[in-house]
Amino acid sequence: MNGSNEQSNGNGNANRERLVVVGNGMAGVACVEQILKHSKKFEITIFGDETHVNYNRILLSSVLAGEKSADDIVLNSLEWYEQNGIRLRLGVRVTGVDPAQKTVTVDDGSVTAFDKLLLATGSSPLIPSLDWVQKEGVYVFRSIDDTRALLERARPGTKAVVIGGGLLGLEAARGLQVQGCDVTVVHLMDRLMERQLDPTGGGYLKAKMECMGVKVLLNKSTTEILGNGKAEGVAFKEGPSIEADFVVVAAGIRPNTELGRKASLQVNRGIVVNDHMETSHPDIFAVGECVEHKGICYGLVAPLFEQGKVLAATITGNKGPTYEGTVLAAKLKIMGVDVFSAGDFNDKAPGTDAVRYEDAALGIYKKITIRDGKLAGVILVGDTSDSHRYMDWLRAGTDLTAMRKQLLFPSPVADAGLDTAQMPDHETVCGCLGVSKGAIIQAIHKKGVNTLAQLKECTRASTGCGSCTELCQQLLKAVAPEFQEETRKTLCKCVPFAEDNLREILRSQKLRSVQEVLDIYGNGTGCEVCKPALSYMMDMIWCGDHEEDRSARFVNDRVHANIQKDGTFSVVPRIRGGVTSPAELRRIADVADKYNVPMVKITGSQRIDLLGVRKSDLPKIWADLGMPSGQAYTKGVRMVKTCVGTEFCRFGVQDSTSAGIELERRLENLFTPHKVKMGAVGCPRNCAEATVKDIGIIGQEGSWQVVVGGAAGKSVRKADLLVTVASTEEALSAAEIFFQYYRENANYLERTYGFLERLGIEKVRKETVYAPEPVRQGLLDRLHKSKALAQDAWLEGETPRHPTQFIQIEPIERIPL
Amino acid sequence: MNDKPKWIRTARCEDIPLREGRSVRFGEREIAIFNLGDRFVAISNRCPHRDGPLSEGIVSGNTVVCPLHAWKVGLDTGDVERPADTLACVETFRVRVEAGFILVEMPLEGAEKKQAPGICIEHGGLPVVPKPPRMGIDDSDIRNIRA
Ligand SMILES: Cc1cc2nc3c(=O)[nH]c(=O)nc-3n(C[C@H](O)[C@H](O)[C@H](O)COP(=O)(O)OP(=O)(O)OC[C@H]3O[C@@H](n4cnc5c(N)ncnc54)[C@H](O)[C@@H]3O)c2cc1C
Ligand code: HEM
Ligand code: SF4
Ligand code: FES
Repeated sequence: MNGSNEQSNGNGNANRERLVVVGNGMAGVACVEQILKHSKKFEITIFGDETHVNYNRILLSSVLAGEKSADDIVLNSLEWYEQNGIRLRLGVRVTGVDPAQKTVTVDDGSVTAFDKLLLATGSSPLIPSLDWVQKEGVYVFRSIDDTRALLERARPGTKAVVIGGGLLGLEAARGLQVQGCDVTVVHLMDRLMERQLDPTGGGYLKAKMECMGVKVLLNKSTTEILGNGKAEGVAFKEGPSIEADFVVVAAGIRPNTELGRKASLQVNRGIVVNDHMETSHPDIFAVGECVEHKGICYGLVAPLFEQGKVLAATITGNKGPTYEGTVLAAKLKIMGVDVFSAGDFNDKAPGTDAVRYEDAALGIYKKITIRDGKLAGVILVGDTSDSHRYMDWLRAGTDLTAMRKQLLFPSPVADAGLDTAQMPDHETVCGCLGVSKGAIIQAIHKKGVNTLAQLKECTRASTGCGSCTELCQQLLKAVAPEFQEETRKTLCKCVPFAEDNLREILRSQKLRSVQEVLDIYGNGTGCEVCKPALSYMMDMIWCGDHEEDRSARFVNDRVHANIQKDGTFSVVPRIRGGVTSPAELRRIADVADKYNVPMVKITGSQRIDLLGVRKSDLPKIWADLGMPSGQAYTKGVRMVKTCVGTEFCRFGVQDSTSAGIELERRLENLFTPHKVKMGAVGCPRNCAEATVKDIGIIGQEGSWQVVVGGAAGKSVRKADLLVTVASTEEALSAAEIFFQYYRENANYLERTYGFLERLGIEKVRKETVYAPEPVRQGLLDRLHKSKALAQDAWLEGETPRHPTQFIQIEPIERIPL
Repeated sequence: MNDKPKWIRTARCEDIPLREGRSVRFGEREIAIFNLGDRFVAISNRCPHRDGPLSEGIVSGNTVVCPLHAWKVGLDTGDVERPADTLACVETFRVRVEAGFILVEMPLEGAEKKQAPGICIEHGGLPVVPKPPRMGIDDSDIRNIRA
């Protein structure tokens, strides 16, 4: 058996052609996906100089705007490369090509031979002057690393200048503005996005950007970035310079053609390819932004996918399909600023008619150009809902003579949302990946696709910019026999959005009070379900940098005590890890006597509860106790139950008491989606029941197990193992990472056990302790930021938020009338 | 004196934060006064369900949600709006603002006698047996939400 296996492997290797791909970006990997559809005959190696698997570069704008995380935009996971037997070399740069020997040289010194070479090197940001980038504080916006660097730099109140008012520059500006920067866009031309918009459209766009708080300077040609070694401002040929704490250069892109030149290929602006996507060397191919086809270098994804399909056919020996160029369409991806442009909108050309519609008050501008009775170009600002119809006319070259009177006003049927039934089969649904309605219907019928996730997997539709998601859903609903709508529970009928949407809205729209959210996205009043949930989100996202609205909190969180059946309250001071002292116990006893506390009870959580306290006595009791709040009344950090561990127990192998106390100290005073109870035990005998806690740490000889998602209340669930680590510090840090992940991703009132059942431990692991270092650090940083601003709620006993917070109001007087 | 309605000067306007309630004790009564932004309203502070302190509830438009088991009471009508079809209501009081004070009208002594928690004059004065709250959740579930 073994022998034959080896042999077949050996044979396979000898027979298989070696395909080397340079560039692990969108075009290269999409083309490889297409090649794999044709044939598995290649032994594939992909070199990429970024350190990430292939991700959706388009969505970097959303990452910068805080709407998505770096993990959300991954297109091909490591498993995908493995499953397809692709050798992936990340973080290395291909520096040379020898077209005669057919080898590539890599910057680590290695040499790799190829039978076929695919150049997919994309492009690089265009930097008008080299000494600009030598200054600290000058950034570009092209990769995940660039985005991370920008996010790191973008601090509220810092002055950012973006050079370039095209798609990329505007999306960068908006992202930075969401991060709190004071942003100015400077642009060389007389209008924004001049390649996609006419002067009127550019004017509307400028107004919208300014309305969102981004400043725009036009007709400014940047001569210099000021500052000695560090960016301090930007100087122009015309007029005074402006100040800047940092600068983003988004002045265009330059195809990466260096390897093409080294391979002696024909290179103009890009690497020249013919309609079959062949270069001037028979075994070297090129795809993506680095190529030039019929004199055009593209800078958007739609052409890359079309090119990839053709190239895949050519390279696998199925030469035949040709690439004819792409009708370019661009859409600005800024929430609330709808801009769409396609084709040639120049109405000065002979034989061209223009049709316009304008509503300045609503900020809507539409213009289409018609040549020979056919659509030549379209500009939509403020309302892009008809973009699909125009794209279809453009691609199909539809004769519009009969429709001349309704060009800008679709018939009422179509107006009521795009009618998928009326769409012709060839019409494109996903413009980024070029998936037609027909292809989607085929996938549904032939491959048994029933959900959006399956559709994405099968056709890749809606995995680009995502703007066709709604259309895909509609098609699924209409055609799939067992369509399962991804059940998205909305928070409540006052604010009918799913909670993850709401978190995104709060972040991106910078809403900082509950009432604001209710006014803008809800019914204006709210209720006992959504108000506390929104209050939690506010606190979690803005960590104190928001308006805390006590009227939106449950009574327990207004008076920091637990309301009882008779309207009295209970007081549970924090006793970290359940460890107290005679002095503390004496104070508790004195307080119980002094205020006639009806019941003193040891809780199930190793703490002491004083029950039956009047609201007006709360501040006095807190002061007399001199202990912090145990948060026993709120959705927050309850406690860490500990056992005595190595300190006293004869079985103990870890110091669970100190570890538990430290864990409690690190997390106390924070709010969570639901209560969080924790445990720390010194050996697997598990005396403090850590395996049925939300977070538990279990000591072992030489290590700790960190477990999460346990429960022993209404539901009983054994916790899942998150990770096993060597040191106490690592265990605490893993607990912190999970804790923050739960805070950011769970729905309000979702305990960790439900959260884990919903997501699965594998996903949670991958996104917490096994996530890339920057992701983990991000979670920790955000946790520590919140923690630094959180304080003991009982301090409000001395400085109440409102004069009557703890007071029983007595009538002032009785007057007859 | 006793046969006339009395206006009681209860609290200062600023004593009651926006969209919150506070209770004011007056003799045997406890009155919950709410600040709805455009006006103040006053109702009895005792929930018809199990005497929960309505002044501690979350205000939702022109209703308040009892902090104990989430019954919902109309602030203008005093009617219980949730659970549906509950014929219970709480007493409501007229309110006016004068020189920065909230004045609440006390009904006649005689009328006072007729009103008791869980009995609703508008609904024929029949005593209403508090039904367990519905909404598909029972008592312990509600506690679970709060605990
Ligand atoms: C912020 C942003 C927003 C965008 N938004 C949109 C949009 O809304 N719509 C749209 O259509 N397009 C958009 N684009 C453009 C789109 O992302 C690109 O057109 C597309 O990514 C190009 O794909 P590519 O594979 O040709 O190049 P890339 O994705 O850049 O991939 C090339 C890869 O090759 C690597 N590489 C280069 N040289 C070497 C070498 N010598 N050795 C090893 N590796 C090498 C590069 O590091 C890179 O990882 C946007 C781009 C950005 C940056
Ligand atoms: C109004 C109702 C409730 C109140 C006031 C209440 C209050 C409390 C308090 C004060 C404690 C001690 C907490 C601490 O020391 O941090 C506690 C513990 C606990 N509560 Fe509740 N609770 C209520 C309802 C519930 C419900 C409905 C459940 C189960 C579904 C529940 C499950 C628990 C458990 C399991 C503990 C012990 C935790 C442990 O030992 O680790 N409680 N509760
Ligand atoms: S869990 Fe282990 S170390 Fe802790 S008290 Fe029990 S036996 Fe001792
Ligand atoms: S006491 Fe008000 S709902 Fe039960």
